Amino acid sequence: MINWQIVSETLPFFLDGLWITLLLLALSISAGLVLSIPLSVARASANPWIRIPVWSYTYVIRGTPLLVQLFIIYYGLPQFEAIRESAIWPVLRSPWFCAWLAFTLNTTAYTTEMFAGAIRATPAGEIEAARAIGLGRLQVLRDVFWPGAWRRALPQYCNEVVQMMHATALASTVTIVEILRVARDVYTNYLVLPESFGIAAAFYLTLTIILTQTFRLLERHYLRHLDPRASVSKAAAAEPIHA
Amino acid sequence: MRFMTACSVMTFLLGTSVAYADTLRIGVEGNYPPFSQVAADGKLSGFDIEIAEALCAKMQVTCEMVQQEWDGMIPALNAKKFDVIVASMSITDKRKQVVDFSDPYYDVPSRFVAKDGAFAGYSPEDLKGKTIIVLRNSPRAEYIAANYPDSETLLVDKETAVYLELAAGRGDIGFGSSVVSGESFLKQPEGKGFAQVGEAIYLTDSTDGGVGIALRKGEDKLKGDINTALATVMKDGTYKSISAKYFDFNIMPKSAQP
Repeated sequence: MINWQIVSETLPFFLDGLWITLLLLALSISAGLVLSIPLSVARASANPWIRIPVWSYTYVIRGTPLLVQLFIIYYGLPQFEAIRESAIWPVLRSPWFCAWLAFTLNTTAYTTEMFAGAIRATPAGEIEAARAIGLGRLQVLRDVFWPGAWRRALPQYCNEVVQMMHATALASTVTIVEILRVARDVYTNYLVLPESFGIAAAFYLTLTIILTQTFRLLERHYLRHLDPRASVSKAAAAEPIHA
Repeated sequence: MRFMTACSVMTFLLGTSVAYADTLRIGVEGNYPPFSQVAADGKLSGFDIEIAEALCAKMQVTCEMVQQEWDGMIPALNAKKFDVIVASMSITDKRKQVVDFSDPYYDVPSRFVAKDGAFAGYSPEDLKGKTIIVLRNSPRAEYIAANYPDSETLLVDKETAVYLELAAGRGDIGFGSSVVSGESFLKQPEGKGFAQVGEAIYLTDSTDGGVGIALRKGEDKLKGDINTALATVMKDGTYKSISAKYFDFNIMPKSAQP
């Protein structure tokens, strides 16, 4: 059974690790979100000179494992003397920056494709209708196009955030002490499984539940019009149905 | 009758699987040149590997090498993924609480490695605020934590990463086995401009003399057989011819030297 003595001894380390995991996730997801909005517009563009460079970027990143990308940035780049003597070296020297860069590049590629798909799926009629009632170009973008695309992308975006949270475990390979690294140290030092990887799994699972529930709230807010129960009256919905 | 046959087959199978008599599985690491390394074709070589093979020959058992990352070495031993660890594991009091060790099979000091002439001295004062790179969960990491509290540490997963990170410039000074840095890193092009610096340090506080073969607690018969084989290998010249392939100095533990 679980040795609670070890759990209470190592819990402070796990909480430090949790903080690092959350920080890594927040920094890469927020940078990825900001970058992928303009990139997704470019990706959905009709102009091949704009579309193809973005497509190549997402294709390469989505076609290679994140761990390989992380190793290329962390171990590969410092092999070049020119990089070690350049102005970016002080930041590239830090394992933190390397992990953040790899995670951001990765999540940006996936999110860009997701958003571009949502943009392409915008019905032409929706835009035509908005123009027909006299909305200007900017108003159409702000009030019709973006809210629609965001709603369509939201359920998939939740998956991306959860997957990215799990992917932060890869940072343990470049000396960053996040949840998995703490678990591996506990495993090595105490030689126990439930109290090391078991606890790590519990942390990841709890984070997943919190993230998906947060997104469920967001979806309930933004996707109300798709919920069949939202269209019936509150009283009718509360009435239990007996077959 | 068939039941009886089944029972005797079972007894036979159980009987042979409990004894190590036919195959001894040896946990090795592969990231600790020249003691243990993996060639591009996946072949293991190194001092640890050859000593393990020599012991197997003396004990007249077939051996199977199982490669395992350093982190999970002792857990994997206790989970019976293999029967002994021959992976340059220092004998420490902490480890002796969970595994047994054979007699030491070699003993080498630890050394700092840095850019030649980068530091005036190597006392805790001199290295204050500097980043020391060291293998995590190792006696050397404990030594640094205890003696260099005012220095930063970069704790890496494998011994080779100490020098990889040092060459990449992610730390100011590395601390590792004098043999690993001397034989693998400093003789490579990446090691140009670096040197072993400061005194040779024997971690006498935390070890009782060198590197041993780890086995699960209570396997006294196996431990006895290994110690006998080790003593033979050290006496009959096998040890000397193996170590001459890798080192131009004596790495035999002082206790075993004639």
